[in-house]
Amino acid sequence: MATEAHGEETGGLVFHPLDQFIVEPLFGNAGDPVHWYTITNVTLWMALAVLAIVALFVFGSRGRAIVPTRTQSIGEILYGFTYKMVEDVAGKDAIKFFPYIMSLFMFILFANYLGLLPMSFATTSHIAVTAVLALAVFLTVTIVGFVKNGVGFLGLFWVASAPLALRPILAIIELISYFVRPVSHSIRLGGNIMAGHAVIKVFAGFAAIAAISPFAVLSITAIYGLEVLVAGVQAYVFTILTCVYLKDALHPSH
Amino acid sequence: MEGDIAQLGQFIGAGLAGIGSGAAAIGVGHVAGNFLAGALRNPSAAGGQTATLFIGIAFAEALGIFSFLVALLLMFAV
Repeated sequence: MATEAHGEETGGLVFHPLDQFIVEPLFGNAGDPVHWYTITNVTLWMALAVLAIVALFVFGSRGRAIVPTRTQSIGEILYGFTYKMVEDVAGKDAIKFFPYIMSLFMFILFANYLGLLPMSFATTSHIAVTAVLALAVFLTVTIVGFVKNGVGFLGLFWVASAPLALRPILAIIELISYFVRPVSHSIRLGGNIMAGHAVIKVFAGFAAIAAISPFAVLSITAIYGLEVLVAGVQAYVFTILTCVYLKDALHPSH
Repeated sequence: MEGDIAQLGQFIGAGLAGIGSGAAAIGVGHVAGNFLAGALRNPSAAGGQTATLFIGIAFAEALGIFSFLVALLLMFAV
């Protein structure tokens, strides 16, 4: 239903606010065999995010100056920020997962901010993208937990400080909350970005009505400012929750 | 405007799922407000708890996002 043409027949907006999230191949027409094998706009913008990150860190670290240039100091701030977050939240022994967490943070941050450019594509608004990121975190954390602690990892679900009668009930609740983690982890990021971009499009539809268009343009400006904040905060939240899950895996006792 | 009773139910359900977003807003407001109340009493300890604040907000927000998801499913997937 989401891929149909919208608007005219229902007498509502002239465009649908969710049309901006349609995945389209970049080359070839519909029906061509080549259509199925070309990259899509999602792939393009994810690749651009990766290229931007590589460019920032390669050009930033090339000089290795004592007094950093602007590019170098941006890279240093991002590195130091993530390093401190891993160390504070997940603990000293989680530092060996720092490259993974840094890659996650950088990718989500850059994908969010590239998605905010006009005419660009917000890759992190797709739950398919965020679900893969969240599932990778979930699998990593589960495997690390079992490798590090063996069967002791199941102590995460057996709350030893609770009264004995409550423990089976708590174990069920903990088990459910453990398996709902990848769902909430991915939908939080995807839902926030998608909702923000859809809201901007809805107000863009209001801007076509002359009487309220000044108000609509002001609202778009304000919401865009909010979205800049949300893009940073959601990348931060995704990363910090990864650190929390990692801490649970390394130290499963309550 | 034509449609059947099932579509009516979809739209009403999607609208009702919006209540969940409001409930999540209350939750996030509680977290942030209590953080601010504590931070103003002891500003020197507030800086170290920013991460906890964001984790709390994220957990409070998660269920609101679920209701948003339910609304989207009702609108586009059912």
